Amino acid sequence: MQTRTLTFVLMDAPFESARTTTAMRLLDIAARRGYQLNVFAYEGAVGLTFARQAAHPNAAHGRDVHEENHPLPRDWISALMESASRNGGALRWVNCGLCVDERGVGEAIAGAARGSPTDLWQLAEQSDNTLVIATK
Amino acid sequence: MKTLQIIRTAYRATIEEQDDTVVWITRAMRGAGAELDVLLTGDAVSYAVQAQDSSGLAFGGWRQTQPPRIAGDIAALLAKGVSVYYLAEHAGERGLEDVPLVQGVQPLRRAELPALLGRYDRVWQW
Repeated sequence: MQTRTLTFVLMDAPFESARTTTAMRLLDIAARRGYQLNVFAYEGAVGLTFARQAAHPNAAHGRDVHEENHPLPRDWISALMESASRNGGALRWVNCGLCVDERGVGEAIAGAARGSPTDLWQLAEQSDNTLVIATK
Repeated sequence: MKTLQIIRTAYRATIEEQDDTVVWITRAMRGAGAELDVLLTGDAVSYAVQAQDSSGLAFGGWRQTQPPRIAGDIAALLAKGVSVYYLAEHAGERGLEDVPLVQGVQPLRRAELPALLGRYDRVWQW
């Protein structure tokens, strides 16, 4: 079977929109199928791989930090990278460099690279299809 | 690979970014050789208005010296060979029928939309 290559463009900042979770669900399905996956993170989405995202306790939930197990997008992305690799594919993550700079989120998880719009175009050209999930 | 960029959300952080980020990335990718055109729909049809001016923002002693110049950015896209369309009905609904627009932007009727979409390998909706 021919390996599929898909590119996703994400734009929403972490902890702001259910669109991000939906995008991760789509990536999860594709990763389990062994697809070659590219993500170009644009604008607020560059925060998704920010390494300093931190879990916190939640008194309203009555749970400490361990019990709360707060979801962190950086952990989701690391898990998706591992899943893609384990299933014979790969997840390549590229952050828009200027977007990273203006937000001060240059400290990214392993596997997240810095890039430019040229990278997006090249990734899209190499892909079977590209899905833009933009901030509304 | 010819791609149509559909811009619907307007003035998305344009003050902070000093531009529309989708117009900006379109221009940047065009510079890298991408074949791209733009369709303005919804509130983004306002991007075609020539006389828009968002200058003058000030907070205390801070002044914005380089405000976004959306009409100029649209004109720059056209100068780079990017075709820019706007949905005529959406412009009419917003009272823009007789407002001077950036020279070179092209009206598109809703009925013409399927034919336009059919001319592109990919359609990206922002």
